[in-house]
Amino acid sequence: MTVLDPHLIQLAILSPVIAIALLFIVRRFGREVTSCVAFLGFAVPAGIAVYLAILFPSAEKLDGYAYLSDYATGLEHLGISLKLGLNGISVGLFLLAGIVGLAAGIYALQADADKRESYWMLLLVMQAGLMGTFASVDIFFFYFFHELALIPTFIMIGVWGGAGRRSAAMEMTIYLTLGAMLSLLGIIALYMQSDLASFSMIELRGYLASKPLSIIAQNNIFGLLLFGFGILVSLFPFHTWAPRVYAAAPTSAAMLHAGVLKKFGLYGLIQLGAPLLPAGAVAWSSWVVWLALGNIVIIGFVAIAQRDLKQMIGYSSVMHMGYCFLGIVCFSMIGVGGAVLLMIAHGLSVALLFLLATCVYKRTGTYDMFEMGGLCKKAPVLAAFFIAATMANIGLPGFANFWGELSVFVALWEYEPWVLFPAALGVVISAIYGLRAVARIFFAQPTEALGASFESGSVTDLSWPERLPCIVLIAALLLAGLFPSLLSDSIEEGIESAHYTLSHQELSTAQVALSQPDSL
Amino acid sequence: MTLEAYKNLADSNNWLLLWPEIALGITALLLLAVEWVLPRERCKQVVPAIALAAQGLLLAFVAFSLFCSDFTHLGVSFAGLIKQTQLTNLMRCFFLLSSFFVTYLALIYFKREKDTPQTEFYHLLLVVTASMMLFVQSNQFVLFFVALELVTVGFYVLVSYSRNHVSSLEAGLKYLILGALSSPMLLFGIVLVYGIAGNPNLIGHASDPLNFQQIEHFLLADPTGNPYMLLAVVLIFCGIAFKIGAVPFQIWIPDVYQGAATPVTAFLAVASKAAGFMVLINLLRGPFAPLSETLLPFISAIAAVTILFGNITALTQRNTKRLMGLSGIAHAGYLLLGVAASIKVEWAVGAVVFYLFSYLLGSFAVFGVMSLLGSEEGDAWQTLDDYENLRTTHPFLATVLTLGLGSLAGIPPLVGFVGKFLLFVAAFQAKLYGLLAVAIIGVVISIYYYFGWIRSAYFRSWDLTSEEGGSIAKQKLASIHCFVLGLVALAVIVFGVYQASLSNYLF
Repeated sequence: MTVLDPHLIQLAILSPVIAIALLFIVRRFGREVTSCVAFLGFAVPAGIAVYLAILFPSAEKLDGYAYLSDYATGLEHLGISLKLGLNGISVGLFLLAGIVGLAAGIYALQADADKRESYWMLLLVMQAGLMGTFASVDIFFFYFFHELALIPTFIMIGVWGGAGRRSAAMEMTIYLTLGAMLSLLGIIALYMQSDLASFSMIELRGYLASKPLSIIAQNNIFGLLLFGFGILVSLFPFHTWAPRVYAAAPTSAAMLHAGVLKKFGLYGLIQLGAPLLPAGAVAWSSWVVWLALGNIVIIGFVAIAQRDLKQMIGYSSVMHMGYCFLGIVCFSMIGVGGAVLLMIAHGLSVALLFLLATCVYKRTGTYDMFEMGGLCKKAPVLAAFFIAATMANIGLPGFANFWGELSVFVALWEYEPWVLFPAALGVVISAIYGLRAVARIFFAQPTEALGASFESGSVTDLSWPERLPCIVLIAALLLAGLFPSLLSDSIEEGIESAHYTLSHQELSTAQVALSQPDSL
Repeated sequence: MTLEAYKNLADSNNWLLLWPEIALGITALLLLAVEWVLPRERCKQVVPAIALAAQGLLLAFVAFSLFCSDFTHLGVSFAGLIKQTQLTNLMRCFFLLSSFFVTYLALIYFKREKDTPQTEFYHLLLVVTASMMLFVQSNQFVLFFVALELVTVGFYVLVSYSRNHVSSLEAGLKYLILGALSSPMLLFGIVLVYGIAGNPNLIGHASDPLNFQQIEHFLLADPTGNPYMLLAVVLIFCGIAFKIGAVPFQIWIPDVYQGAATPVTAFLAVASKAAGFMVLINLLRGPFAPLSETLLPFISAIAAVTILFGNITALTQRNTKRLMGLSGIAHAGYLLLGVAASIKVEWAVGAVVFYLFSYLLGSFAVFGVMSLLGSEEGDAWQTLDDYENLRTTHPFLATVLTLGLGSLAGIPPLVGFVGKFLLFVAAFQAKLYGLLAVAIIGVVISIYYYFGWIRSAYFRSWDLTSEEGGSIAKQKLASIHCFVLGLVALAVIVFGVYQASLSNYLF
């Protein structure tokens, strides 16, 4: 099978596209056929992702990348070609994209939106883009696939979104295009400065490890990448688009966007920013620490203040990105590895939360938590899932998030102990808003209107089409939580092969810089 | 000159090299002859068919001869009047392709405007296309000016062609006056060049001071530079800036684009602009190459202002044709960025041409949808509000429109993104960092109006009930339109992912 494995990656990217083409043809054949085709479009990439992730530790690797393939598309004179492959860092995110895509897809299949097929098609475009983003070894295509996944959300939010969709869709697109353009500029700058005339991550890493760029160039390029990617990841204070968009987006789009697409920026910093521009990363690290603490503490408090359930989850997802940033700037195996693990775990848990929030909405008719209550009696399974997802989000042992946060904390202790205190405060904050939401929604006294609708028996527990995606996500969270080595071994291998600079010399420079933020 | 010399010059006349232009000219005359012979009703069917078939065949042949390079002879001919390169041959394909699309748009247009005579329109279209093809191949200022004037005069008529519409006449008048302003500027520049380069008192003066190579030699011989020469170059640049719609010669664009019939608008937007850019590159890399470093700040400044002007004025625009015009100014700015980069970076020329192709595909997708949605009272007053609910009335057109606008905005995986990406890489390599920053800001601004248009077409507005649509009635599209627009949309995607068929000829 080893000969076929590279083609499996292509199939994972192509199968949603093929499903779209088939949907055009079979759209008149009734719902069973179309849902079946769309389901395959989501399931095949997920299956391939699982298969490749299982085989990954034993696969044959070149510079840490397995399943490599290379296709010329006509821009070879610039060093661009469609190079696909997975390394230890990307294999986990590839898996995440597959699993969350499957869950979002299953949920979308039972949605009763008008023009269902168009919705599925856009979601499939997004899925293809996501699979491609994390499988790209070529930086051009890495960016290309990300944008491919990003743009369908504009139409999905605008057409199928909730309140405020018109302006939210526009705001998101402009804001994220700004971020994407800055990072594109950074990528072009990296390409130009390296003199290598290649967009391949493997070649750039090898080349820049032996011939690092000048300090000034590294600082400037890392700055571009940091703020470009930072906007895409909702780094404080560029986070304002995120909660609004997630509140307005249709469920499956929000799951894929918050769960997977947003990780693109962090992934870019981990795969490109930190290993290729170590001096730049060190110089900017004190900025990152302060901004990430802004994410954790300030946005944490903002999340506590939310009444709207979806807004709260949106802010919570912004908040947890802070830990990932902190993990990256620790410049240690455990810190970066923890950040990757947390990205995967958070992707699963936030997708689950958005899904469950919609389920809650369907039963209560509102997102305002102060008007909910007593849902536990009527929908115990929903309550169980929601509590589990909240626990995962807080970072309770047993879920994957725990290992991610723990590793980041350990790395912080080695890096700069004082940062640990505000960072650990974040756990308390997320416990406050998470548990309060659970208490409000499920155990509080229901309002009169809600009580009446409960009485009438119209409120039911989760249906199977709703349970299925939840089970997929919870299972993945628990599996990674109970056996973190499944992921962490390959992540460790990936970081080692990515030419990370983890020396203490640079670390001490970073500490000097951190103690004198004014000198920057 | 002796008879012998004339004979030598005449020997370099290889008429076969200009067969596409000659064929276009003959077809144009044939159309007029057909109108004499055939009755009026019959004429309305035959003339467009001939025009379409001739352009299609020519396009196929020129493209074929380009791919099999045995048939093409590259180099200077006609005693230095014509210079053919790989790039000019590609541009000939470009003009044929765009006139082909314009003919298609005209078919849609004349279906609605039954009273307007048709033959002259196609005749002019073919003549203008042929002269654009000559224009980009010209290697001497006399031919250059004659070809340019042929294009411009043709457009004077085409812009005011819909004489039943006041807006078209107004547009024609505006175009005429401003065009008449720009031509003398260009001519004055040419005369200055002639006078200086031909001055026997100056070192290295030329025997034929209008020939591009000789001007280049003259300029190389006198590296200190002549201030009048610089003035001449700037004047010539201004004349071309009018064609491409660069600030401060962009002021005619919104009115003329709005008033002209949609096929003419598309022709102006795509082909006329492309001709201007190609010639600009020819000049900057040919005769004025020794001065190009001096001109770089000048071009950069114009590019920056053009990008900002186009994008900012387009922000609040609701009229679709004016919006296309104003955003076209922004595109001219990006292209100027590429031209500025091409002064230092060799392959930036390819990037500019690639961008022109991407602009052609994106624009024609949008103009095609615009034409098909046009109403009886003319397209001049079509606004974004008319697109409300297009998704439910014409899902196919909405998709094509989205792809076209997305490509113009530069969104992967569409061809416009690759075009912008190549320009940006070239600009970075040329170290035009400030200009690049302006371009990036421009792209971000442009998202607002391009996606605003998509938003109009897709998102149901709050004041529409679910049943009530915009002003567009639901109607069945003819399958030919689905086919043509589907092909354009497909090309927008395919060239966005796989560029080899174009890039092999550009880089």
